[in-house]
Amino acid sequence: MENLNLFIRSIFVDNMIFAYFLGMCSFLAVSKNVKTALGLGVAVTFMLVITLPVNYLLETYVLRAGALRWLGAEYADVDLSFLSLIMFIAVIASMTQLVEMAVEKFSPSLYASLGIFLPLIAVNCAILGGSLFMQQRNFGSVWTAACAGAGWGAGWLLAIVAIAAIRERLASYSNIPRPLRGIGITFIITALMGIAFMSFLGIKI
Amino acid sequence: MAEKVSLKSVLFNPLSRNNPVVVQVLGICSVLAVTAKLEPAIVMGVSVVTVLAFANVIISLLRNTIPVNIRIIVQLVVVAGLVVIVDQLLKAYAYDASKQLSVFIGLIITNCILMGRLEAFAMSNKPWPAFLDGVGNGLGYTIILVIVGFVRELFGSGTLLGYAVFPKWMYDAGYVNNGLMILPPMALIVVACIIWAQRTKDKDLCEE
Repeated sequence: MENLNLFIRSIFVDNMIFAYFLGMCSFLAVSKNVKTALGLGVAVTFMLVITLPVNYLLETYVLRAGALRWLGAEYADVDLSFLSLIMFIAVIASMTQLVEMAVEKFSPSLYASLGIFLPLIAVNCAILGGSLFMQQRNFGSVWTAACAGAGWGAGWLLAIVAIAAIRERLASYSNIPRPLRGIGITFIITALMGIAFMSFLGIKI
Repeated sequence: MAEKVSLKSVLFNPLSRNNPVVVQVLGICSVLAVTAKLEPAIVMGVSVVTVLAFANVIISLLRNTIPVNIRIIVQLVVVAGLVVIVDQLLKAYAYDASKQLSVFIGLIITNCILMGRLEAFAMSNKPWPAFLDGVGNGLGYTIILVIVGFVRELFGSGTLLGYAVFPKWMYDAGYVNNGLMILPPMALIVVACIIWAQRTKDKDLCEE
């Protein structure tokens, strides 16, 4: 129940795009049409669901102060938390590489449609951000971490598909001042959507 | 970037004509998230200038030895190492600012400006121009950060760097701080206004 609550909250209240502005670069660059936006959204969700539990295990059993206790009493006061940034990004980069190879091997058609986005994901701030928030919030278990990852991913997917749909319409039906066309108006729409998403604040299940 | 570029343009172009934030649209995440107050915005700007300049130099020194296939991982490791140093320094000497910035110092690693500059400039240029390019792009980023931070803190909390700006009689006369400016979405609108102003000036930057 608690995990479900966390999942819903991560989609709507703690939305990666509208509440934290993480992953904005690819959000702005790849939102010109719904189909590619959907592909990128799915890829990001996938990576969040995989990397968050892995980084959680790493954090709990290797990096945190006293986390190495399972190796023996003499390791009980080792604190490796200063390494966490490097470890997290290494996990994310290598996971991206692994997933890319696996997808290429087992599903060439999915690879063809996701192909260009997969390498981009290693530097998507939403993924690293998810791991850093996980570290900050002291999640209770691997499942909680996985649920939060799924929620953040789904929220990101929702946001990028929504903005891509709006931009598709804008391109054909609206008369925007020339200097605002393209990126300018996208910023303003994102801001308005962010304000709309604030109405979800305080939701409890 | 094979042609000879003048060092001056390498340093100053990113400040306006080729600004990494409003023209190339890179590194937006942190611009939006850390600019509710001016002070964290400045700390963030300085951190990014430092990391970007040194990462550019290091990658530029290594550029002939890095195998093409794993260059992204090498770049990430160099950047992550520098960010860890900055993070530890901030925790030691500017603890409050580092608390306010929370995860965003760590997120400098995935700041697209860094990857963009390393890929586009440092991989194909000598260390000195790469250093200037890093400083220039870092400053271009910082300028936008400071403008947004300035506007948001001034109108949102009525202060600048924590000092009250508006005299008390203005509040007595009915002036109210605009609480909306503190909320994250307003950062987007301020950036949109900067883009609008800049593109009105430089017509050739407009899209379609």
